[in-house]
Amino acid sequence: MQHHVVLRIVCKLLIPLILLFALYVQFHGDYGPGGGFQAGVIFGAGFILYGIVFGLRSVQTVAPPPVVVMVSCAGVLLYALVGVAGPMMGGNYLDYSVLLDDPVAGQHLGIILIELGVGLTVASTMTALFYAFAERR
Amino acid sequence: MVHFNYWVVIVLIMTGLYVVMAQTNLVKKVLGLNIFQVAVFILYISVGKLAGGTAPILAAGFDRYANPLPHVLILTAIVVGVATTALALALVIRIDKAYGTIDEMEIEELDKEQE
Amino acid sequence: MSGSVAADLLAQLAAIQVILPLLAAPVCVLTGRGGRAWAVALVVSWCAFLTAWGLLSQVLDQGVIRYELGGWAAPWGIEYRIDEINSFVLLIVSGVSSLALIFARTSVAREVPEEKRSLFYCAWMLCLTGLLGITITGDAFNVFVFLEISSLSTYVLVSLGSHRRALVSAFRYLVLGTVGATFILIGVGLLYAMTGTLNMVDLAERIPPVSQTRTVYAAFAFLAVGIGLKMALFPFHAWLPGAYAEAPSAVTAFIAGASTKVAVYVLLRFYFTVFGASFAFGELRFELFLMPLALICILIMSLIAVYQNDIKRTLAYSSLAQIGYMVLGISLVSVAGLTGGIVHLFNHALMKSALFMSLGCVFYRVGSISLASLEGLGRRMPWTLGAFVVGALSLVGVPMTVGFVSKWYLIFAAIDRGWWPLAVFVVLTSLIALAYVWRVVEVAYFRTAREGSAQAEAVEAPVLMLVPLWMLVAASVYFGLDTSLTVGVAERAAETLLGSGR
Repeated sequence: MQHHVVLRIVCKLLIPLILLFALYVQFHGDYGPGGGFQAGVIFGAGFILYGIVFGLRSVQTVAPPPVVVMVSCAGVLLYALVGVAGPMMGGNYLDYSVLLDDPVAGQHLGIILIELGVGLTVASTMTALFYAFAERR
Repeated sequence: MVHFNYWVVIVLIMTGLYVVMAQTNLVKKVLGLNIFQVAVFILYISVGKLAGGTAPILAAGFDRYANPLPHVLILTAIVVGVATTALALALVIRIDKAYGTIDEMEIEELDKEQE
Repeated sequence: MSGSVAADLLAQLAAIQVILPLLAAPVCVLTGRGGRAWAVALVVSWCAFLTAWGLLSQVLDQGVIRYELGGWAAPWGIEYRIDEINSFVLLIVSGVSSLALIFARTSVAREVPEEKRSLFYCAWMLCLTGLLGITITGDAFNVFVFLEISSLSTYVLVSLGSHRRALVSAFRYLVLGTVGATFILIGVGLLYAMTGTLNMVDLAERIPPVSQTRTVYAAFAFLAVGIGLKMALFPFHAWLPGAYAEAPSAVTAFIAGASTKVAVYVLLRFYFTVFGASFAFGELRFELFLMPLALICILIMSLIAVYQNDIKRTLAYSSLAQIGYMVLGISLVSVAGLTGGIVHLFNHALMKSALFMSLGCVFYRVGSISLASLEGLGRRMPWTLGAFVVGALSLVGVPMTVGFVSKWYLIFAAIDRGWWPLAVFVVLTSLIALAYVWRVVEVAYFRTAREGSAQAEAVEAPVLMLVPLWMLVAASVYFGLDTSLTVGVAERAAETLLGSGR
């Protein structure tokens, strides 16, 4: 591990910024360019970069494969259940306006939760894909 | 050359389809498939471009906005493309494990031998 | 109070139809065990079947149901639009899935390793979501998205077959399936470029003013090839025999009954509703493209089926021929012809799923399904092979089975247009079907197994596999005698499809 000192230092500096940028894209997505897909990919890229530079084992101690699979399921469930909340509260499926008393606030809440679900699933799926290809011997 | 974008798309589509058909190496087939798909993405996105139009974000001084819908559609299609590529590569890896080769001709011969 | 809850539930049926299987997919993974995942999938699939039943009866009572997702009004938002034809297809898809899932329990326990089973049922649920979604949606781009959901999960399901050839078949299916879906994407994109809308009803209104442009012609052609690839119409059929033959038995029973049917539905939807019958058939003479392909498809595929050694492949080629019959019915462009085609969707799903299930039973006991491995099984596995014989008779089109009903309507439609040779052709190709199923019957009933071979030791298949098999067989006899439901719905659907273009 004495090699690639430059790479490792630069990655250590970059990875927190990448994750932070992913969070910015994620939570800015309700009224600006961005959203769950993009944020998820950026977030996943942070993990993948860590895995490439520091080894599969290190990244898997941070994000164990079973947890990654569970997170991706949780994301889909979050998405679908937020959708189901619409009919529960008297609207149609995926109708966010009924989530809160104020329709505009309801739309904000709905899209943030939906994008969170998308982001979780995309980030964990990207990481899981990396594991699937990197674990091969 | 008003419609040069269509020519680009047609050339790319043909390149992609040719690679899919002509190559026997499975990884190259996946590559061809990707070129083919990306060509279609370009078709959508170039159709959505409006000369002199800007991104559809309300701002002072702009009154021509490009239609954002084709881009959103293609975002979905790109995600589908990524999923397809990942699945295809995973299959290629499994095929490599099972047959010891990723060349279509050799795989066919191995299957024939077994029968 | 309970009355209003029931009314609320009824109003949400269209959403429930797709959301339930979608929700079940991650739940299947989270359960972690094959058995529990199976239970979740089974319950959800039957709920989807009941939902489809509810939708169909609602449509028959009150006409078209429209459901706006997210409360966004069509044509801006995505709309689910359910009329006779797609509620009928929803019923077919969810029904086949439910029965195949009962069958899957024991069959999958043998063919798929335990650690993959929960993921297997997850893929199954996603495939069901996709197929139901394609059928229910009224948005052209949404069709593409659901098509890819169902296709990607089908590739996974096929690749889980027990032989390594399954991987190659899945890969081949993936390449051709992706090319087909992308062609559909191009077609939809060109239509969007011309009309600025993706809603099917809205498209149908906006296409006529621009229908004489090259862009619309190109979209027409791209969609024809893309959908042709998805429904494995000759000459786009290369992926199907491998995929059906190598997939796990339960998966074959499911996709043979459901997935190509949905593709045929997409063909009907695009060419009758979106382009309109008068433009697609009156002006562009689309039937002149479909009919020759259908005829070649029926003849060549039936002949190839006779020469197959692997019975699953025989049935796969026979499936291709049956798709030819459906397309033949469509290409007659009359109420009788369309009725025949649509009824055959239903009937073929029943009989082909039953046939593949009985082969699944054989595979479960004997471990192979070449012709030789069936020797003497008629006596050792009477229920399994009995079901095969009934299914085979139906495939040939013997009276009192469903196969007869659809052939009857096809022949009737051909004579109605004065095309006698076509009627004779349908009868003659049915005789080829007799040839390829007779080989199986002969080997199973009139030959005895060699001493010490697996088939000489075979006993009857487990009850859990026989129950869904015989439910399908019973249905294929029942609907052969009482056609009021199937033909009634198909006739109304045919009238709607032909009417919507005028």
